[in-house]
Amino acid sequence: MSAKVLIADDEQNILISLEFLMKREGYQVRVAHDGQEAVDAVAQEKPHLMLLDAMMPKKTGFEVCQEIRSNPDNADIIILMLTAKGRDTDMAKGMALGANAYMVKPFSTKELAQKVRELLGAAA
Amino acid sequence: MRKTDWRIIAGTALVGLVCLLWLFVSGSLIWAALEDNERAAAVAAIGPRIALLFLMWAGSLIAVWVVLGYLVRHFMTAPARLLENAQVLLGTDVKRKLVPDGSPENKKLTELINQLVDQRESLREEMDQRVQEASRNTELEKNRLAALMSELTQSVVVCNLDGRILLYNNRARTQFRALSKAPSVAGGVELIGLGRSIYSVFDRKLVAHALENIQHRLQRGAAMPSAQFVTTTQAGQLLRVQMTPVRAVQMPVEGSDDAPTQTNELTGFVLMLDNITRDFEDDSEKDRVLYSLTEGSRAAIANAQAAVEVLEYPDLEPEMRERLLSVVRDEIHALGKRIEEMQTSSANTLRSRWPLEEMHGADLIEAVTRRIEAALPVKAEADQVDSSLWLKVESFSLLQALVHLAGKLQAECQVQAVQLRLQSNGQRACLDMLWSPLGEGTKAVIGWEMEQIKVGTETMSLTVQDVLTRHSGDSWVEREVETGRAFFRLLLPLAAPQEELSSDTYLRSESRPEYYDFDLFKSSEHSRSLDDSLLTQLTYTVFDTEATGLNPAGGDETIQIGAVRIVNNKLLHHEFFEQLIDPKRPIPPETIPIHGITPEMVKGQPTIESVLPAFHTFTQETVLVAHNAAFDMRCFQVKEQATGVVFDHPVLDTLLLSAVIHPNQESHRLEAIAERFNVNIIGRHTAMGDAIVTAEIFMKMIPLLAEKGIHTLGEARAAAQKTFYARLKY
Repeated sequence: MSAKVLIADDEQNILISLEFLMKREGYQVRVAHDGQEAVDAVAQEKPHLMLLDAMMPKKTGFEVCQEIRSNPDNADIIILMLTAKGRDTDMAKGMALGANAYMVKPFSTKELAQKVRELLGAAA
Repeated sequence: MRKTDWRIIAGTALVGLVCLLWLFVSGSLIWAALEDNERAAAVAAIGPRIALLFLMWAGSLIAVWVVLGYLVRHFMTAPARLLENAQVLLGTDVKRKLVPDGSPENKKLTELINQLVDQRESLREEMDQRVQEASRNTELEKNRLAALMSELTQSVVVCNLDGRILLYNNRARTQFRALSKAPSVAGGVELIGLGRSIYSVFDRKLVAHALENIQHRLQRGAAMPSAQFVTTTQAGQLLRVQMTPVRAVQMPVEGSDDAPTQTNELTGFVLMLDNITRDFEDDSEKDRVLYSLTEGSRAAIANAQAAVEVLEYPDLEPEMRERLLSVVRDEIHALGKRIEEMQTSSANTLRSRWPLEEMHGADLIEAVTRRIEAALPVKAEADQVDSSLWLKVESFSLLQALVHLAGKLQAECQVQAVQLRLQSNGQRACLDMLWSPLGEGTKAVIGWEMEQIKVGTETMSLTVQDVLTRHSGDSWVEREVETGRAFFRLLLPLAAPQEELSSDTYLRSESRPEYYDFDLFKSSEHSRSLDDSLLTQLTYTVFDTEATGLNPAGGDETIQIGAVRIVNNKLLHHEFFEQLIDPKRPIPPETIPIHGITPEMVKGQPTIESVLPAFHTFTQETVLVAHNAAFDMRCFQVKEQATGVVFDHPVLDTLLLSAVIHPNQESHRLEAIAERFNVNIIGRHTAMGDAIVTAEIFMKMIPLLAEKGIHTLGEARAAAQKTFYARLKY
């Protein structure tokens, strides 16, 4: 069975590409358009991996991350944070709050796909 | 009649006795040597003439008296007189020549004393001249400093350790106007003034904290023992304050050529103020633009890049291709628009951050634990502290933020103890406040950093996150897996470790201008109660009011207040309070000729509800003086409910004091007193004019009261109470 990937980003413009990309990689893709939707989606169906944007309405990526990690059942979800915030403090915060990896926008889709493969491969 | 000297009597008596004895012994010897017939002949010869013999004896005694008298006068009284005269010369400043008298030695001694007196006089004159010169120099230096200060574009306020303002410049005055809560009424004079407390503007704790930091730095021998802080004022302005200590000066050992050196003892401080409210707003705007340019662009570029990269797949559906192309078009268009927006934005000024100062990490941790334990029933202790770390922080707001978080932990999570940890993650310092959570976790504390900081009853306009953002840092809650403890982590910027300079380097560097020599810092606060204070040492607000009539309880309203200040026995003409008041009722036409205030003049003026609080602030910590003060005080009292301010100051009434000084005069009206004291009446019957006249009269009264043995405020009040006029009541 292919891995389940949840993409949480409020920007439709990147969702199109990411969704296409992840589907093409052979994953089962689900999208969420804000923080709350992402949390709900996780509660409904636990994904293997999340692409999580840091800045989203309703709940920020950091809050989503913290909330998901506060449930021990969710400890094995791989969280890859995507963010336009390039400061080292944000990176430190994301990692401290439970993200497994962190990518700063803009990024190369090839690198992203590579990273996702790596993370899922390591987990498998 | 001159009193006869006892020495002459005693001397004469002694000589008389000796003569008598000699006569008797000689007579007895001769008598013993004589034959019987010779004895009979001698008795026959001398017997009838024995009286003559005694007469001769008495006669010779008169000669002895005269001679003795001369000798005593010449050799004993003259030196005694000289002694007395010399004592007078020694004890007083009388300058006169002593007349030589008595023996030659005595005369020479007199001349010697005269020479010494001359010498003393010339020395004294020389000293006076030097003192005058020195005070002229001081005056010159003072004027130079005053000129310099008034030219400065930065506001400067000099205070002693009690926070009393000793010196301020014009710029500070204008700045304080912006801080005033009632700018149209008092224009800031209620806040700044000689002898006023700086704590009416700044939080006492804030100043104490800065002083403490300076003290620490001094003890460590820091090169620049100054401190900075940012504070919001009551009027909502954001001020950046730099504080520089004024240190006690130690005079060099006599005879050495060293210049006076500064000690580590503080005698006061200089505050330099910058209103950065505007900068702060600009800053926020700049932040927004910068954000849209960096982080906003990152997202847009990411969108476009991802779309372009997906477009490169050959097997794309035409519909998907079109969607991706529109994403690229969309994002490029948005980027162009953003850049345009940036260009038109006015936020091109330079960035001004909060002043971050370099602070030893261990010092900060110590301050945090101390502050938390002082403010809350929470035990705070240091955990691991990397003492090699130096931070760049604005310590006051940071402390407030930590106390706020600890306070919330205590109130909402029943946390009794916190630990503080400081370490480095390579690029930044991690300041952690750890606690052991009672319940399941840290969920309850999420989002606390977005709330406004609250310490005690005060709420700051900043959130913890704001404080961290200003430090280019961040904060979050984390949980330690191994120990189960939770912690707030505050990421803070690191500073390069400081060299610990010896204080000599600074003290000898002569970076301080010379005009700091004058002695501003002598006048320290006396903590005695006001009643025991000397009238000459108190600060007074002398005021007068005009009203629509004489019955405040019956609806008459105050329509004008004028007041001046007396500080250190000087009338401060430029620190005045003058305000017309809209009485919200008609002004009786028959009173207009008396006070000269027409209904048009009060139209649009503030009402008593806003004027009295400002006046109350103006009068803070002073003694109120007014002519017939009972009337004015009654007017204020009637308004207590409406304005919420109570004038419970000590009050002196020039009318009553006049009755104390001149009990036999018929009139104690202001005009009559002014005439008696020869005070010019200008602008009489405006509140301000009357206040000035009252002030001048009052200052002339102080020495006259002293002649009557009335020196303190308590004595003056007691004396005034006893006069007839005090029994009148409004």
